[in-house]
Order: sequence, then structure tokens, then C-alpha cells
Amino acid sequence: MAVDIEALKAAIFDLVASTHGKKNLKPMDITKDMIARFGEDNCGKIDVKRALRELIDAGTLTYMYAGGSYITLPEPRSEAVDEG
Amino acid sequence: MTKERKTPLLDELEQGPWPSFVTEIKKEADRPMAHDLLGILERSYADRVSHWKHGGLVGVMGYGGGVIGRYSDLPEEFPAVKEFHTFRVNQPSAWFYTSDALRTLCDIWEKHGSGLTNMHGSTGDIIFLGSSSAALEPCFAELSHHGWDLGGSGSNMRTPSCCVGPARCEWACYDTLAACYDITQAFQDELHRPFFPYKYKFKFAGCPNDCVASIARSDCSIIGTWRDDIQVDQAKVGEYARSGTDIQSEVCNLCPTRCMSWDGRELAIDNSNCVRCMHCINVLAKALKPGKQRGATILVGSKAPIIGGALLSSVLVPFLEMKPPYDDLKELTAAIWELWGEHGKNRERVGEFIQRVGLGNFLDGIGLDPVPEMVMHPRTNPYIFFEDELDDDAGNA
Repeated sequence: MAVDIEALKAAIFDLVASTHGKKNLKPMDITKDMIARFGEDNCGKIDVKRALRELIDAGTLTYMYAGGSYITLPEPRSEAVDEG
Repeated sequence: MTKERKTPLLDELEQGPWPSFVTEIKKEADRPMAHDLLGILERSYADRVSHWKHGGLVGVMGYGGGVIGRYSDLPEEFPAVKEFHTFRVNQPSAWFYTSDALRTLCDIWEKHGSGLTNMHGSTGDIIFLGSSSAALEPCFAELSHHGWDLGGSGSNMRTPSCCVGPARCEWACYDTLAACYDITQAFQDELHRPFFPYKYKFKFAGCPNDCVASIARSDCSIIGTWRDDIQVDQAKVGEYARSGTDIQSEVCNLCPTRCMSWDGRELAIDNSNCVRCMHCINVLAKALKPGKQRGATILVGSKAPIIGGALLSSVLVPFLEMKPPYDDLKELTAAIWELWGEHGKNRERVGEFIQRVGLGNFLDGIGLDPVPEMVMHPRTNPYIFFEDELDDDAGNA
């Protein structure tokens, strides 16, 4: 049975919040974590993509650039990196 | 009116016969952002360090690309450029504009940003240089209202770009503009929502002259080619010879595979040995043309040296008919993204991924059969050991 989208969104938010400031998560890191958590039969890449899209569009999560693109909480914090 | 800055080091960059970005910024120096930009640049040259930091949580709602955050580490000294973010605006295919479109872009940018542009960045995008964080959303809204969209940045599909193609070039082997537009529209999600290990670029070149340098600059290079014979107008070849072109030394002797011969009356081409270098067609432009069975070669893997060294693309599909809706290219792309997306390391380009796992494993992963044309350069050995041949050799031993 496919995972409920709201449950998936909540799990993604919890993962991002729990790693905030400790580890930068790429969308694929989140995808792999969610598939492992809910099982391949219940959760696929498309489900995670959709959930991430809804979280980003709602402003619950946001993208961040720090050498690559990551998903993070939308609170203001300086992640700018030195040029060069 | 802003007080004029002394910029003796930047002034050096205005010497000589070349266009100077310093001159262009000075034209806008009555605007605070351009004025402080000159100041911080002069300071960087004096200090011999960059005073910019980039990245962070900067963007427009819903998008993970299109805005590159840029901050000064001297905000008190140069307050107008304490935030100096870059917009990448998706350019039209082959950079065709109406003057009205250009005026609209400039008006939007003068209203919301520094007024400084880069037409175009090396990505191909229209680059708007210098926006505050507060101006990002209003500027994006106005761009959207006028039909413009942001391009790619970060770990996503970058804004596809193409050569001028059949719009102005008789050698185009497919419609580069249409293909570029189609791929841009088809992969909007991948353009705006980073989901990859690192960036992924498409560049569409209409013929092997590769005017967009796709073979050196794009993870997926789509280079026009033909699979029948070069079209030859012998009468026109004769005209070239009579008007002073030395066909033997300027054409035949410079053919990389020596597949051409000239007896003073007729130019003969051994097309089976032609490697589509375009040299003869470039020299004898009125006499020779690409063949009639036209399409494109799909190559993958090039990149500039950022994390690892520079790579050139190498052949993945020797010939593909490039007709709308480009399903074969889209299916191939989806297969590559699926494999690389799942197994690629952070900040690993697809060319580096192929080097790491090996082309044979990569082909297995995307479901493509190896073919002898999968070589780094013409006339080199294929990467792959063909099992049938190995079996034959073993049987013959």
C-alpha cells in the first residue's frame, strides 16, 4: 500500500529538521532514506519527489546552495561560501 | 550624483583595444550598486583576494535554481553591494530577440536590480548581475508576467543552449532551436528543482563544427551529423580550383583520414572513411554539403575542471534522427538520470561517474548495447571488449 503523502511529508520534515546544522541533505539522500523507512513497495522516487515539491512550494522546506544543492529548513542562516 | 571613485587598478583593464567590463560598469556608476561595485573590485585587486561569498539560502519560492546568492564581506564599506545576487534568465533558443523583448528585460532589471547585465553568460543564460534579497521575488514576478522564466543553477539540469542552427546555417543537420526548446519544456521540473548529484548540461550543435562547443562544455552533447555521403558539386569544386584554392594541399592533405583525392578535375571522397570533421566542407563551402540523411550523434560526459580535470564528451549513440517529439533522446536521458542520480557521488558529474564505474557497467545500467563507435576519438579503440569476439578468439585458439 502506497505511503500516505502527509505521512511522507512529515517524515521528510522530521529528517531534515533532525539533521539541520549537522549534515546537508541532497534530495536523493532524502529519497533513499524514505524508501528505506517505508519500504520499496510503499514508497518510490516519484512519491518522494511529489512530497518534496509540496513541502518546498509551501515554504516548509527550501533549497540551499553550498557547493551543490541541498534541502534545508527555511530559517535565515548564513551558508555562503568563500569564492575561489 | 555619486562621487567619482578613484580606481587606478581597474583603469588598467581599460587599456588596449579590447572591450572592457570596467568601462561598461563606469557608464552606470551614477547608480549606487555600480558605484560600490567598482569600489569593491578595486579593493579586491588591491588586496589580491575576492571580497565575495556565494551560495546560501537565496532563491525564489519553489525554485532551487536560477538565482546565485552573492554577498560582500565588506558590507559597511560598500553597502550598496552587500547583497549582489545573480539572476540567470532562460534565454530564447539561439539568442534571437525582438528589440521590444530586450527593452522589456532592461526595464525590469533597471527597476529591480543594478541594471548591469551579461549578455550572455557562459551558460548561455541572460545574466542579471546584482540584486538585493528583497528584490528577488518582485523581479521574478515581473519577469514571469512578461513570459520569461529563470534558468538553471545548482545541482539541476542547466539551461539548455543551442547554436543558431537552420535559422541561419545551411549545414545544420537538425533543428537545434526546436530541440533545445522542446527539451527545456519537457524537463521543467529538472531545470528548476535540483534532484541530481551535480549539474547536468545539454548543448545542441547543428553540425560537427560544434559552434556551441558542446563536446567540451556539456554533459550531453547533441552534435548534428549525416550518415550518407557528402554532397559534392564537382563544377563548383572546379571553380574553387580555378580561383586559386589549392585543393590538394588545402583540402585533401588536411583531411584527418586522407579519404579524399583530387586529380585536377574531380574530387573523390571515400565516404566510408570520413570522420565528419567538416574541414573540406568549411573550405569548399559552396561546393560541398553534409549528406541528406541527417540527424545527430549523442555524446556524454564533458565538463570543465572544477572538482576533477576537464573531460570531453564521447560517443554514446552514433546516430539518432532528431525529430520531434525527441522521444529517444528523452528516454535515454531519463535512463542516465535514473542511474547517475541513484549511484552518483555528491558533486560527481556524469562523465566522472562513467569513468568511475566503467562504460560497460554504465551501458548495462542504462540498457544500451555497446557499439564500435563508442570511442574517445575517431580511429581509437572502443572502450568495450565485445564478448562475442572474445568467445570467437577463445574458440580459435
